[in-house]
Amino acid sequence: MENTLQAVPQNWYLVLSTFLFCIGVMGVLFRRNAIIILMCIELMLNSVNLLLVSFSAYSGNSDGQVFVFFIMVVAAAEVAVGLALLMSIYRNVASTDINVLNKLKW
Amino acid sequence: MSLYLFLTLAILTIISALAVVFSKNPMYSVLWLIVCFFTVAGHYVLLNAQFLAIVHLIVYAGAIMVLFLFVVMLLNLNAETEPHKSNLTKIASAISAGLFFVVLIASMRATELGEFSLPNKSNIGFVEQVGKKLFTDFLLPFEISSVLFLSAMIGSVLLAKKEKK
Repeated sequence: MENTLQAVPQNWYLVLSTFLFCIGVMGVLFRRNAIIILMCIELMLNSVNLLLVSFSAYSGNSDGQVFVFFIMVVAAAEVAVGLALLMSIYRNVASTDINVLNKLKW
Repeated sequence: MSLYLFLTLAILTIISALAVVFSKNPMYSVLWLIVCFFTVAGHYVLLNAQFLAIVHLIVYAGAIMVLFLFVVMLLNLNAETEPHKSNLTKIASAISAGLFFVVLIASMRATELGEFSLPNKSNIGFVEQVGKKLFTDFLLPFEISSVLFLSAMIGSVLLAKKEKK
């Protein structure tokens, strides 16, 4: 896969990861199930990872890939805590609908 | 060859990401998200980041998605219990996400990227290079992330534990 960097302009990776990020934003606004919202946040984190990897590959510097590791660490911790919160919310209100929790808006 | 590979992977990524958002059943959303993560790992391989691709598969498809699947099955979510927003909110969210895309693309077009020549050596994605970086320049964040994991572990156990009445 040596010639990927020559064959694909970097702008395409920019557009692809921007599009993925916007799909994640749309999912957060679109859905009411809290688990799907958590998944869309994962999607947004992934698009940023893709962008960092593409920049690191095109500039020949591996710093970007180390940042991706740290983003993965934060994502894993975030998912564990988020799902635990969801479990305890579900135990109390028997639903994962975020509109049930609309008092958190205040 | 790699151009077509990129285009195929990109289209698959976008389709699976859209399917995550638009699936009625949360279980299908989780499965489509796994497809999306696999295609992103394909992108990493295309970009000479082989070690990262494997770590991505292990962490996301192996650990995080199993956790999601587990919770979806545990809560017994399906298409009937799925809450829905009103059509107005759906249209508004699609429009605002599209506008956000346009703004981001426009700001990227206006940005002057510094010229960088393509690297001639492509071993930056190998485990040796990444490991050297991780254990020299980024040693302190690496160690701090272990504390983050510990606190996340304790916090999630504490949150998910059944409260005594």
